[in-house]
Order: sequence, then C-alpha cells, then structure tokens
Amino acid sequence: MGTIQPKVAEPAGDEMALVHAAKAGDVSAFEQLVHRYDRNVFRIAQHITQNREDAEDVVQDAFLKAYQNLANFHEQSKFYTWLVRIAVNEALMRLRRRRPERMVSLDEDIKTEEDSMPREVADWAPNPEQLYTQGELKEILGKTIQGLPPSFRTVFVLRDVEGLSTEETADALDLSIPAVKSRLLRARLQLRERLSKYFKNRTSGDGKK
Amino acid sequence: MTCSDFLKELTDYLDESMDAQTRAELEDHLQWCHNCYVVCNTTKMTIEIYRDSHLYELPDELRGRLRSAIMSKCKGHEGPCT
Ligand SMILES: [Zn+2]
Repeated sequence: MGTIQPKVAEPAGDEMALVHAAKAGDVSAFEQLVHRYDRNVFRIAQHITQNREDAEDVVQDAFLKAYQNLANFHEQSKFYTWLVRIAVNEALMRLRRRRPERMVSLDEDIKTEEDSMPREVADWAPNPEQLYTQGELKEILGKTIQGLPPSFRTVFVLRDVEGLSTEETADALDLSIPAVKSRLLRARLQLRERLSKYFKNRTSGDGKK
Repeated sequence: MTCSDFLKELTDYLDESMDAQTRAELEDHLQWCHNCYVVCNTTKMTIEIYRDSHLYELPDELRGRLRSAIMSKCKGHEGPCT
C-alpha cells in the first residue's frame, strides 16, 4: 500500500533575504512574506477557530505581531514555522474568548478506548469525493472536522493539511513529538470514522443506502 | 502483531517513518487482516481528501482587503523593534 507524502512547500532561497530586509525596515519585503503565507495562515486559523470573522482577525493580528517581533526571530527555525506558532496562539486565544465555558488547550488529549478503536470497517468507494458535489463535500468535511477537539484539529491541520513535519509541528505547538503523534493518530482515526458514514462503498456490504 | 499493535503504528506507517523491520511486520499483518487493511486505506483517503479539498480557501477579494489592512498597520507602526 502506498503511503502519504506531505506537500511541503520548500521555502524559496530568497526567503531569508526577505526576512533580513524586513528586519531592516523594508515594508515591501514584509509584504512579500505576507503574500507568500496569508492563505496558509487563513486556512490554519479557520480550521482552529471554525469562525470566519475570527480567522480574518487572526490573519491580521498574526502578521502584525510577526512584523513587530521580527527582531525576536532568531532564524534557527523556518520563518513559516515561527509564523505558524504565532498564528496558532492567536487562533486559540480567540477560540477561548468565544467559548469561555470550555477548556481550550493544546494539552487537551482526551483518551478513551472509543476514540481510537475503529468501529466502521467497511471499505470506501474508490473515488469517494465524486459521490458529492464540491459544495456538499466541503460541507461534509467542515462539519466533520468541527466535531474534533481543538487540539486534534490543530495538529491535523498543521501536519496533514499544511504538510509540516512532525518536528516542525511539535516546535510550533510546544508539544513533544510523542504528544504530536498521539494527537495526530486520534485525529486521523476520528475523522476517518466520521467520514466513513458518507464515503463507504454502497455497492458492497449490506446494500442498504 | 495484534490489531491494536498495528493501530499504534499506523501514523508512523503512513508517514513512512519507521525501520524496515517494523514496516515488514506491519505489511505482513495487512496481508491477512482485512479490518486493518480497510482502516489503513480509508485513513489514507481521509488525509488525501482533506489535503486536496481546498477547504477554507482565502477568496481573492478578502485576501486583498486583509493585505491592505495588514500593510497599513505595519506602516503605521514604527517598524520592527530592534
Ligand atoms: Zn488487524
């Protein structure tokens, strides 16, 4: 069986030059960094906050904070990983503000047998995304990921959607590597379980719709 | 190897971060355990669907608006503190 190769966007060689120029006060160099990563930051923010308005604010605040704190970026990590760390913190802060009744923490690591033991083991249709229109598919995927605990959504979006490595994800979230792996496994299995309801192969099995 | 042993290794297996020996054991398990085969296959599909879905794309109009807001705030600020 084939495995997953993350689509890691390799930073262009000129990235450090842009960072240096921005540090020296060149606003247009910083604008190029915004242009390079604004879509990623928005996607991450929207996955975590599940709220469009909050995601917009996160994009603005994360870039502004990055700009103001460029001097503290010591370049042992990639600029993008550093930016992601800022964006995740902003997103979690907004989520907490909106749901003060719920604990929102990256340490949230709910362990129950039920989460990790697969119950649905029917295979999926060969091209599951073709069972639905683009709009329906997005709705299904959005609803499904919304049901995960925030810490699981966060690890999943960084690792599997944005293609950060396990090490970069751990670094961006201040989590240990085993903690990232355990959340990622449970996030993947829970999403799989929930999506099976929509995507399982209806021509085999019990034949019921 | 039991099914729950397999499950524990699933993430590393999909990410190809394991030694050849463990990998061979997992693949052997997949040969005869249909349930784990299905779970592995559909987990892989789950990841691919999310990766390819373009969920939460930033629309161009909003993108432009956010960028001007960011840049005008940056210009208003004194510049990176040094
Ligand atoms: Zn098995």
